Amino acid sequence: MATSLRDLHEGGFGATLRRDSWWVAPALTATVLLSFAVYATWAAGTGTHYEWGPYLSPFYSPLIQTSWWPLSPAFLILVFPLGFRVTCYYYRKAYYRAFFLDPVACAVGEARHGYKGESKLPFLLQNVHRFFMYAAVVFIFILSYDVILALRWPVDGAWRAAGIIPAGSPRTFGIGLGTIVMAANVGLLACYTFGCHSLRHLVGGQVDCFSCARAGQLRYRLWRGVSGLNRHHMTWAWCSLFSVALTDLYIRLCAMGVITDIRIL
Amino acid sequence: MSEQRRLRIFRGTRSSGELKEYAVEAGEGMVVLDAVHKIQAEQAPDLAVRWNCKAGKCGSCSAEVNGRPKLMCMTRLSDYPVEQPITITPMKAFPLVRDLVTDVSWNYEVNKRIPGFRPRTPDAPDGTWRMFQYEVERPQEFRKCIECFLCQDVCHVLRTHGKHQEFIGPAFLVRAAAYETHPLDVAERRDFLKTEGGIALCNITKCCTEVCPESITITDNAIIPLKERVVDAHYDPLAALWRKLTGKSND
Ligand code: SF4
Ligand code: SF4
Ligand code: FES
Ligand code: FES
Repeated sequence: MATSLRDLHEGGFGATLRRDSWWVAPALTATVLLSFAVYATWAAGTGTHYEWGPYLSPFYSPLIQTSWWPLSPAFLILVFPLGFRVTCYYYRKAYYRAFFLDPVACAVGEARHGYKGESKLPFLLQNVHRFFMYAAVVFIFILSYDVILALRWPVDGAWRAAGIIPAGSPRTFGIGLGTIVMAANVGLLACYTFGCHSLRHLVGGQVDCFSCARAGQLRYRLWRGVSGLNRHHMTWAWCSLFSVALTDLYIRLCAMGVITDIRIL
Repeated sequence: MSEQRRLRIFRGTRSSGELKEYAVEAGEGMVVLDAVHKIQAEQAPDLAVRWNCKAGKCGSCSAEVNGRPKLMCMTRLSDYPVEQPITITPMKAFPLVRDLVTDVSWNYEVNKRIPGFRPRTPDAPDGTWRMFQYEVERPQEFRKCIECFLCQDVCHVLRTHGKHQEFIGPAFLVRAAAYETHPLDVAERRDFLKTEGGIALCNITKCCTEVCPESITITDNAIIPLKERVVDAHYDPLAALWRKLTGKSND
């Protein structure tokens, strides 16, 4: 039996008096985040099978075709959503716990080292989150535009052999399962982005006195709206992470001919 | 209906101590504090425990039950499996006085350092102000704090890294947010939060939010909004440029 208070409490890494399965959540977080990182790197790195018919993978939107960039164009784009998620207040919590073990779970011992939190580099850079948020808002519009394009199908079916629509083909309105997948993805991404803490601060969180601020009522209403989404920020963060990967996968499998898209309208 | 429960309670002082096991007859609906009192009454009259209201409102009976910070008066024995003993230890982040009692006076010192509430000049000639319920709802959430200091106890910055000199802890970030978001307040706290307050030491891992018995959304509603205000003042070149151009300070 322990003889001093210190012995009783968490000393080194993982030491705790907790009896529940505190390690499950961080293990799950680490597994999912790592799987996503592997899939996203692979999918972005292939540089192929990212479009099929009117569909475009979110990893490759906006579609950039340049000669000066030797790698897949997806890497030029992914900097923004990646930076947005890496500096997101929710994901910070998730990976500080799961990867940095700082702390791995509440009231569980850490491997002691010179903890500096977010006060020193590199974590001081988390303060740039709002700038990534500005970019992320732009991306919502870009991806929404892709959904509009995914409603425009070629009139004749000759393109189906190659999966790529020749430029200038006459188009008409249509909806495929992929259109729905892409729309759902944008919806989830919008719920995630418009629930951002930095946006919440920007639209109204910085105001103390709504009744005396300029456009105070509007800012109050915007703040309430963002706060409503923000309350479930974690859920949106995960759902939109899955939806981005699944949207890419869906279009990729169509392009590879593994699955056949269902034309609804 | 009553049943035998086993409690392992820390007995000792700062220099030495041990977990001592007690068996107690537990009735229906009994909370941990009831069991501790029963042990005190029947078996260990010298057991030190602090309590006051037995209703989760005074914040005195904070301790750790099976390693998790809890109010003993709000924690039912029936939440724990009968076969296993329930371990009760004092809060770890504060110096031990004896048994389950810790010295939380550091918190009161910290409280005094926060720049206090300073209202703008009165709105009406009779020296009164006007404000609306919808705009004071934000600080009202923070005013629910009962100063149990469970959030301070669980916060790894204090608990594990012992940064009591550099960090005021979640409870006082909540307090600062109560002043800072108040519609009438005009005091400047961003520099205090960045320097003395040590807000950057918080890595928003939300353990404080998980333990708060008043369900205050400490991290999302108090700390992160304060972090954003500190970014405004210190890390946002565009905001700085905007202030220069318009000659305005932030709201
Ligand atoms: S969120 Fe910040 S203040 Fe709260 S427990 Fe974690 S590190 Fe401490
Ligand atoms: S914020 Fe919550 S946990 Fe922290 S002292 Fe106040 S009531 Fe207790
Ligand atoms: S806080 Fe998560 S996206 Fe900004
Ligand atoms: S005795 Fe008052 S909160 Fe528990």
